Amino acid sequence: MNFPDDLKYTREHEWCRLKGNRAVIGITDHAQEALGDIVYVELPDVGDPVKKGESFGVVESTKAVSELFSPVTGKVVEVNDPLSDAPETINEDPYEEGWMIQVEVANPAELAELLDAAGYQKFIEDEQE
Amino acid sequence: MRYHPHTEEDVQQMLDATGRESLSDLFRSIPAALRLSRPLAVPPATDEVSLLSELGRLAARNAVEHPPFLGAGAYPHHVPPAVDQLLLRGEFFTAYTPYQPEVSQGTLQALFEWQTMVCLLTGLEISNASMYDGASATAEAALMAARITGRKKIVVSAALHPEYRKVLATYLRSTHDEVVTVPYGDDGRTDLAALERAVDGDTAAVMLGYPNFFGVVDVVKEAAAIAKKAGALSVAVTTEAVALGLLKGPGELGADVAVGTMQSFGNGVGFGGPAPGFFAIREAYVRQMPGRVCGATVDKQGRRGFVLTLSTREQHIRRERATSNICTNSGLTALAATIHLSLLGRRGLSELAQVNYARARLLRAAMEREGFGLRFSGPTFNEQAFEVGDAEAVVARLAKRGIAAGAPLARWYPDDPRMKGALLCATTELHAPELIDAFARAVKG
Amino acid sequence: MANPTGWKPNMEKTSGGTPETAVGAGGATRGLAYEEPLVFEHKGNGRTGASLPPRGGDFDPAKEIPKELLRGGIEGMPSLGELDVVRHFTRLSTWNHGIDTGFYPLGSCTMKYNPKSSEALARLPGFAHAHPLLPAELCQGALELMFQLERALTEIAGFTATTLSPAAGAQGELTGIMMIRAYHQARGNPRKKVLVPDTAHGTNPASCAQNGYEVVQLASGPDGRLHPETVRAAMDEDVAAIMLTNPNTLGIFESHIAEIAEIVHAKGGLVYGDGANLNALLGVARPGDMGFDVMQFNLHKTFATPHGGGGPGSGPVAVKEQLVPFLPLPLVVKDGPGYRLVTDEKERPQSIGKLREFWGNFGMFVRAWALIRELGPEGLKRAAELAVLNANYVRSKLQDVYHLPYDTDSLHEVVFTDKALKPTGVTTMDVAKRLIDHGFHPPTVYFPLVVQGALMIEPTETESKETLDAFVEGMRAVVAQAKEDAEGVKASPLKPVRARLDETRAARKPVLRWTPGMKLE
Repeated sequence: MNFPDDLKYTREHEWCRLKGNRAVIGITDHAQEALGDIVYVELPDVGDPVKKGESFGVVESTKAVSELFSPVTGKVVEVNDPLSDAPETINEDPYEEGWMIQVEVANPAELAELLDAAGYQKFIEDEQE
Repeated sequence: MRYHPHTEEDVQQMLDATGRESLSDLFRSIPAALRLSRPLAVPPATDEVSLLSELGRLAARNAVEHPPFLGAGAYPHHVPPAVDQLLLRGEFFTAYTPYQPEVSQGTLQALFEWQTMVCLLTGLEISNASMYDGASATAEAALMAARITGRKKIVVSAALHPEYRKVLATYLRSTHDEVVTVPYGDDGRTDLAALERAVDGDTAAVMLGYPNFFGVVDVVKEAAAIAKKAGALSVAVTTEAVALGLLKGPGELGADVAVGTMQSFGNGVGFGGPAPGFFAIREAYVRQMPGRVCGATVDKQGRRGFVLTLSTREQHIRRERATSNICTNSGLTALAATIHLSLLGRRGLSELAQVNYARARLLRAAMEREGFGLRFSGPTFNEQAFEVGDAEAVVARLAKRGIAAGAPLARWYPDDPRMKGALLCATTELHAPELIDAFARAVKG
Repeated sequence: MANPTGWKPNMEKTSGGTPETAVGAGGATRGLAYEEPLVFEHKGNGRTGASLPPRGGDFDPAKEIPKELLRGGIEGMPSLGELDVVRHFTRLSTWNHGIDTGFYPLGSCTMKYNPKSSEALARLPGFAHAHPLLPAELCQGALELMFQLERALTEIAGFTATTLSPAAGAQGELTGIMMIRAYHQARGNPRKKVLVPDTAHGTNPASCAQNGYEVVQLASGPDGRLHPETVRAAMDEDVAAIMLTNPNTLGIFESHIAEIAEIVHAKGGLVYGDGANLNALLGVARPGDMGFDVMQFNLHKTFATPHGGGGPGSGPVAVKEQLVPFLPLPLVVKDGPGYRLVTDEKERPQSIGKLREFWGNFGMFVRAWALIRELGPEGLKRAAELAVLNANYVRSKLQDVYHLPYDTDSLHEVVFTDKALKPTGVTTMDVAKRLIDHGFHPPTVYFPLVVQGALMIEPTETESKETLDAFVEGMRAVVAQAKEDAEGVKASPLKPVRARLDETRAARKPVLRWTPGMKLE
């Protein structure tokens, strides 16, 4: 299980990487493994607003469906379109090629409220009890 | 008891293995206050001979000697004995939902064939694995259109089956969608001018029958164009599927969705149920489609096989976010229809439709000879409404002779004075020319 | 001469066999199965398998119907003779497992034997050819049957009246929740929420959502039961109802039901019962006596109407007095010496209306009534007793090798998990697939969701001790094999016409119909 150090994490299993004032967002290795083979992903359009803690899309596998929750508030500036034809990318490379959306962040301080790698790892271990 | 195989010895051995004293002890988790202290008040047990005799007497009290001249949503057709005999094979009949595909390939391939046939008949790209019935399929189509368009108005023709419209109203009551009804003209077709006025940027779906409740071939092509202009979905509803052996599929006329029932194939009228509802759509809507769907894939050895797929739309995964709460489909009745359609094939389906059309024309000619004309001037398939004076009296009089004469339209359209004397009659390959002549004479009295 | 060619078969024994050929605990072995293409893939050349009467007259549809609406023969429809079609479907059928072939321990589905006499009765012309719109005097037999069935179902479950109309269990739930909504609406406030335990079947929350109710999930206790304190904490005047299955989906009786019903009733709410597990209670206890106000039946479970590969079902709904005005139409009522259908809203102004065309899945009514009629009160109770005995027997024979998540008493079904197999890497899914090679349909897997890796077993009363012993042997054999040869278990099933199928591919690249020249790369 992979928990890159340079990322921030949510309790809903999204990760977040800050690039300037843009947040790159996807789902974690733990999430893709729990979901199984991903078959479909529904993402917002460029220009759509997103709010911290609210749903911005849906990811489906053969046996489960999960809402995607935004770790930050802002406006969607880029969407990883190739995912609609190749959703398996999320399973294969969740932290790089499997990124989902990029958001222009209204308030970068929001990221400080998220979990770091160690915190997220502990959160998962506690959940497994 | 022949279905309960346990001997007293079996029961004792099994009780010993479970460590329970008695059968009653097995229910110790049910509080005594909630236990039934008397036997159920249902008739006492009986044997097979008496059972067959008793229920046989009930069956004999239903008049089925002559094929009914009744359609109105359920059509009497010939079901070849081959259909039932294949259907009754235990592996088809007593199989469960194909959640374990490796041991359900028979069911799954047959469902794939059903889906394909629905697409071929309706001229649309995708079909699901069947619905409970035509009316709920119609309601689910409206709900789907509302989800896809994000709009709340459903425009419905008054000539669409009244029972279907009632079911639609029941389903939509919870979602607070609005239903607007558009009238029909003297020709029995939906009034296009009225339709144009009713459809706007708030409309999710436009729905009409094909053929409609009066047996008239309604204006699907024009309605589809009106819907498209307004950004709404057009839905064609078919209750007599044999018509699709003569008429183009709704998809070919521009409809986005085709629903209805395939009861006419492989399934008798059966006092109203069960029968396979069908649901066909344009490919773009596939992730919003309710119900089960079967897809092709390969197994570990690269051989083609079939599985239920796109299950994440359904209740067992999505739960409250499901596209619908549907669990079962109508697999057995869909299989019956698939077998029947396979027997008919391309030539047989075409010819069956022609026979139905011809028998309806024979009835029209016979009724004309007796002085009865048509209520509506629009083109019809195998069902048509005649002006007979006092329709209820005709039905009552013929009932005394054991003949089901047809459906008096005023029952469903009490406020339309044009319907007062109208009797809706269906004729199929079951109605021999001699019977048709005798019927017309009997109506005359 | 006795043997003119002098040929003798070589009867020398070969070894015990490979995993594909060794006889499974349920008797599964090899057989002659046929590959069979789609019906559209056969070459036909214009044959037909139909025999139709002559048209009776020469009429040209184009004279009446606009030509652009007419079609000729449909391209792609098959062109086969009757024998080709018969072989096609016969071969397809041999690829299926059915109750008639072998055991189906599917928890929550009640896969009991489908009586053959029910089939003969449902096919009597008087039932099969009766048009639903026949005048009442021409269908008194059908109406009487419906009336008798309604009375029997109402009595069996302990309610006031039953609608036969809903097409399936899920539609029955929808009907029940709609009636609850109508009841509250008539009192001025439809309310907003429905309480649903975490063990509920997926149709429960879906039915609530379709009626505009917010679903509040309640956690079951460590004993697998819902506790009154949990309900008390969640119950308020915004809650329209609680939806409960009893026994619940773990096969455990919700023994706090009376108190829970009281808590909900005290704040004006109603108690909905999902009657899927009624088989455990027949003649022993009645949901109506426990405090339930409305309950749907699943005739295709409890009353042995055939599952037919996934449907049709039939989901009548029973109600107590206060919900009777809201029952959907039609109703069958006595009319002098006979019976009639009430279809007019004016007679029942508070009815929620119609949920389907015509009157209900009548074919299923015949079958259910035939079973109730043959069993009688003693047979119905015996069914419940033996169903519960069978489940407990299986439990006692497997609890040493499979992990039992709840110590609590099981009624008619028992839930195990794959926890004990974790060290081997073999999962519930692998166990299910290997059972197929033994000759059993797998139990229900991964449901209910509160249990990880659930294996839910419901034998039903129509299975003999011998069958259960063979099933136990098979289940134990899989555990033994998991320890020695986990890879072998994971490679199963090996015997059916198809091995494990790629469900991911089916969902990523859906192919939902045949097209000419179709190939799956």
